[in-house]
Amino acid sequence: MKYIEPHAHMVSRVTDDYERMALAGCVAVCEPAFWAGFDRSSPSGFYDYFSQLTEHEPKRAAKFGLKHFCWLGLNSKEAEDVQLAEEVLALIPEFLSRPNVLGVGEIGLNKNSRNELRVFEMQVDLAARHNQLILVHTPHLEDKWKGTRLILEALQNDRRIRPERVIIDHVEEHTVELVLAAGMWAGITLYPETKCTPARGIDLLENYGQERLWLNSACDWGVSDPLAVPKTAREMQRRGHAAAMIEKVVFQNPGKFLRQSPHFKL
Amino acid sequence: MTREQVLDLYFLDARHKLVEVAAFLDRAQRARGRDDFRLQAFHAALAELAGGRQQKAKRVLLAFSDLTTQPVARAETKGACGAARTRPAQPQRRRATPPVSP
Repeated sequence: MKYIEPHAHMVSRVTDDYERMALAGCVAVCEPAFWAGFDRSSPSGFYDYFSQLTEHEPKRAAKFGLKHFCWLGLNSKEAEDVQLAEEVLALIPEFLSRPNVLGVGEIGLNKNSRNELRVFEMQVDLAARHNQLILVHTPHLEDKWKGTRLILEALQNDRRIRPERVIIDHVEEHTVELVLAAGMWAGITLYPETKCTPARGIDLLENYGQERLWLNSACDWGVSDPLAVPKTAREMQRRGHAAAMIEKVVFQNPGKFLRQSPHFKL
Repeated sequence: MTREQVLDLYFLDARHKLVEVAAFLDRAQRARGRDDFRLQAFHAALAELAGGRQQKAKRVLLAFSDLTTQPVARAETKGACGAARTRPAQPQRRRATPPVSP
């Protein structure tokens, strides 16, 4: 069964993962810009990272027949330093026209601080000025409910933002309704311990329908599973979901959202 | 799915996880020292499991959540520990009441 992995940090994964994903039916992988696990010391570190996402990583994926797309932005874990953020954001416009760039992301909040919120609004403004799609990271664990509310409020306060062009990622049972009610897309992340299991992800699909929802692994340098999406598709089969419904969630839905970018072509 | 099908698929897994929770509570109880905000939040979350109310997962997640609504002055750390430190001492006027269906 073919699927799209709409959120994976492949620069942190070994090449074998590309092969395993291709064997499992993956046709495209989308990679949001991310925190490296340590703070980069200067804007030039981000320049190199954006070059890696737009030049090197697509070639690595192509060896296994996978299309590679990316999102560019400053992760909220590095947003406390507003001056650094301003310098990094100034680099992004020259990359936006590159053929695998889908939009601005993943941006958002981490600890819900004033500076994080200020930098988030700066990145939303960047996306609006360049007519880009937006992919939003919501905070972890105890900070998620509050952060999701702050994020939605900031997005709704900017009248240039069309909700159908925004995906709010890492929703759980206590935030999914907030996102869908705002008219935005919601990403269900299948990630050990801190996010959803396959069973809970399917519960969300069963409770909230299959519109404006997608599944992703968000696999990265932590303990995570690049095959979480096809494993969840198998779990949906076990529950008796029809093949057409599974394909809608793991292939058609992400395609529908991502095709709003002229760069997303399979 | 029928309830029987749900039980066939998930009962053993849920039972296993519940025993793990029980063992964790036993372990924490026999350990020396005092409770902190995490264990307090854990007990608050456990209380959401009893009875026939719906949306238990949502209620448990909210029990661990920071329910204040204003940004903090500064991010002092990058990580999250799973339970809101501010929750027990939070002044009522700064707490929001999220909608929870019965």
